[in-house]
Amino acid sequence: MSLYKKCEQTPISLEVLQARWRLFGHVLRREPLIPANKAMACYFHDNAKRARVSELKKPSMNDFLNRLEGSGWLKHIAAVIDTSAFIARAISDGTSVLVHCSDGWDRTAQTCSLAGIMLDPYYRTMQGFQALIEKEWLGFGHKFTDRCGLLESVEVKETSPVFTQFLECVWQMMQQFPCAFQFNERFLLTIHDHIYSCQFGTFIGNCEKDRLDLRLSERTYSLWGYMSLHSTEYLNPLYKKTYEIKRPVIIPNPSPQALRYWRGMYNRFESGIHPRENVQDISSAAKDHSVSLEDHVLLLEKRVTQICKLLGKSEEAIQRKLQGHVSMDSIEGYLSGHIGDSSSASNNAVTPNYYNHKTGPFDLPEPVEMVTLTSKGSFDSVAQLEGSKGASLGGSMNHIKSDSESGFDEASSQLSRSGGVDELVGGVGGTGGGVLQSPGSDILTVEQLVAELKTVAIGWKSFRNVFSCSCASPFDHYVKKFHCWKCGQVFCVRCIARSIPLPGHYHRRPVPVCKPCYREVRRSPSTEFPLS
Amino acid sequence: MFDVIENGWQAFSAETEFNRFKECQEDWRISYVNKDYKVCPTYPQAVFVPKSVEDETIIKAATFRQGGRFPVLSYYHKDSKTVLMRSSQPLSGPNGKRCKEDERLVNSVMGMGKRGFIVDTRAQGVAKIAQSKGGGFELEAHYPQWRRIHQPIERRTSFHDSLIKMIEACNDSSSSMDKWLSKLESSNWLTHVKDIITSSCVVAQSMDKERVSVLVHGSEGTDTTLLVSSLSQIILDHDCRTVTGFEALIEREWIQAGHPFRTRCNKSAYAITKQRQESPVFLLFIDCVWQIWQQFPCSFEFSEKFLLTLFQHSYSSQFGTFLCNNERERLHCKVADRTVSLWSFLNRMEILQDFMNPMYEPNPAVIWPSVAPQSLMVWTGLYLRGVIDQTPQDEAWKEIYKIREYDQELRSKVNKLRRQLASLEREAISHGVVSPPVQKAAASSGDGIDNMASPLVNNSL
Repeated sequence: MSLYKKCEQTPISLEVLQARWRLFGHVLRREPLIPANKAMACYFHDNAKRARVSELKKPSMNDFLNRLEGSGWLKHIAAVIDTSAFIARAISDGTSVLVHCSDGWDRTAQTCSLAGIMLDPYYRTMQGFQALIEKEWLGFGHKFTDRCGLLESVEVKETSPVFTQFLECVWQMMQQFPCAFQFNERFLLTIHDHIYSCQFGTFIGNCEKDRLDLRLSERTYSLWGYMSLHSTEYLNPLYKKTYEIKRPVIIPNPSPQALRYWRGMYNRFESGIHPRENVQDISSAAKDHSVSLEDHVLLLEKRVTQICKLLGKSEEAIQRKLQGHVSMDSIEGYLSGHIGDSSSASNNAVTPNYYNHKTGPFDLPEPVEMVTLTSKGSFDSVAQLEGSKGASLGGSMNHIKSDSESGFDEASSQLSRSGGVDELVGGVGGTGGGVLQSPGSDILTVEQLVAELKTVAIGWKSFRNVFSCSCASPFDHYVKKFHCWKCGQVFCVRCIARSIPLPGHYHRRPVPVCKPCYREVRRSPSTEFPLS
Repeated sequence: MFDVIENGWQAFSAETEFNRFKECQEDWRISYVNKDYKVCPTYPQAVFVPKSVEDETIIKAATFRQGGRFPVLSYYHKDSKTVLMRSSQPLSGPNGKRCKEDERLVNSVMGMGKRGFIVDTRAQGVAKIAQSKGGGFELEAHYPQWRRIHQPIERRTSFHDSLIKMIEACNDSSSSMDKWLSKLESSNWLTHVKDIITSSCVVAQSMDKERVSVLVHGSEGTDTTLLVSSLSQIILDHDCRTVTGFEALIEREWIQAGHPFRTRCNKSAYAITKQRQESPVFLLFIDCVWQIWQQFPCSFEFSEKFLLTLFQHSYSSQFGTFLCNNERERLHCKVADRTVSLWSFLNRMEILQDFMNPMYEPNPAVIWPSVAPQSLMVWTGLYLRGVIDQTPQDEAWKEIYKIREYDQELRSKVNKLRRQLASLEREAISHGVVSPPVQKAAASSGDGIDNMASPLVNNSL
């Protein structure tokens, strides 16, 4: 130390790696390890209990806590987090730090990468985290093949769950700071799976030279490529960019009470013990839904403005319309039309399922809300909604006024005889007579409007009580459920593989849809949507 | 102070509560036999008893139960038409005394051929010891349709010790991990939580799945009995998971049922001297509700903060709701005149909106919590709120709230605009600015229907 002036040496003891493997090995592997010598045998016996912790059939609370304590696993996690916090605090206070252990590729990698996560918000994003792993673990030569015991030739005492520990430390930090990470628990679990799965070449080999020698970049796929294709599964809906500015450095609480048992890792496939409702996934779905509705709102506003311009309304009136005010003229127009076609018997219009604001947000049985503006049913529900929203229709509901000069009656009776809007959609092929070129804007037809509105579901189905996809693949707690943006039903990742722009959206970005909806949108000849 | 809009003292009267069980009103009635509190000093004036049993029978039956707490109706489960009743232990004593009136009261609850379970919250050994001291349990020979099962929960005296040990462990933030875990284990607090939830699940399962009525009792009928009866209702009845339903539950099953708040919630974990009567029974109930809440975060209308507030008010409050030990004392001290009810305060919109759960979706089904040790956790927000900074969790909930609010806003905006569009289209068609859609010819209407079929197929999924 005398040669290194101005340096303070702080020895921090983190337990040696062999011990850690003993205690952890049984969690993943079911067969007991043969101890190398007598000392190890005692340790082995104590720590074999750890596996029993996760596997106990009918454990009591005290049994569980006892064995958790006996395994010492959380103690190690606490030690790693503590050390990293120490480093992070030192750097944040302005002291440079040099970290080393004996070999420099286990505990050093853990503490340095954790300190990086604490200090730099970039490493809490998905891309940053991947860069961190590339830098601290792959680049600095953490011996993945040896530590994971991927080859038979690897000695037992080389194997140790060092990277697993690191991932758990990251998870503990995610529990303490739920808004600070761009990725979620599923991200960590997927990486962990693929360290052992060998499905991707990223974690094969012990160092960079190994990876070059094996020519992995030519012969295998990278995990990061796969994960970027599925990045929607790994996003944390609570992540806020502003958090990075407000709180760039996050130091976790060092007290033992702050650490939790990682149920998702050690009891992952026991769905009964996880919370039955996944708040993160539901919030994620709500966010996507908001994006869809935002785009739809833009389109609706554009259409409203278009029609207003066609009708020659003033700017002020247009603004009022956009705010949702319905004028009395148009209401009376409804009424007279309604009275006019009361004589027409063949009224088999489809009753639409207007979204009732009073029911729960995700609880709709029929997902498609069609604006059946022409059928009698829609008038009723619109009127009801108006009534329920407190609009002052009041006495005018009973106001009888015939309005035959505008051809209104004829139009409404025509439409009601046609049996609703669906046939109109079917009849889109012939555009003769329905098209009017409006000055300066695109062609506007009723069919097109209806088609656009049909493609965006106002309500998405609730995740509650959805246990399998329509393709019969089961959903467990950690499998992400997806919504089709057109029909709002719930699907698995394979059924939702297609994306297509929807006519109901203003920006026409491709959005995930299910296979039937994909086929339907491709077939529908909406004039604004080019058939590719 | 503030204006009282809805008077909490009158919000949850027995009559209004009985209306909730209207399906069972053919067999049950409200009895005012206890109107002077002479039959049972700890019961309220109005109790729910079987219609076929007269008040005189009840008076005699009450002498056979400890503290006069005879079996009364606690909850009626509509789906399976079964009832949940609670009482205290029968005073059968070492000689196996009988009481015909008590037997009549209990046996008349069910029709012929139906079965019932008597859930005793004491272990069998403890019940036998109680018998030798004058208490005891119901002998199956005398109550032939009822089967007795023991779902042991520790005695309330051990709850207090557990709380003290656990709070001590929680506050020691500089201890090692090993010490924390071993202290937590030796406090047994989570074991109590597990036992209580397990017992409640057994009761709920009996009522819902096996369609069997249940009678719950411990020894005094004021502690573990109420824990089990109220928690079972949380599991079975979705109404109890709403704010008003939960408040009604607390009123009915704890406050009016005579849980001695004054003696139990005296000083809590930091008391220097331990009093025998003191015990955090209500806190255990709130903890168990929280455990179920975090397993079903979308099924409760209220948030964690609401539970925390109730806990705080049960110990120390500016409101009179949790004062005194039972209704008789409250009447005597004129609590309703001299204090304001907590419910009057909490149920005001501007206060209540802080306690609503943004993730709430009404869940009418019965919810089955997991009692695996991995599923039960230490309630950080309560026991560790002094040790661990809760700001990041609060921020996360605010974010969730914002996401949901924005989604709702967008929905209503979309609906408004769609309606607007509809009315404008009508107008445009009527003014001839946009032509109405083409009327399909009869010949091609076949095609139209085929084309119609495919969009509809998706819609009717």
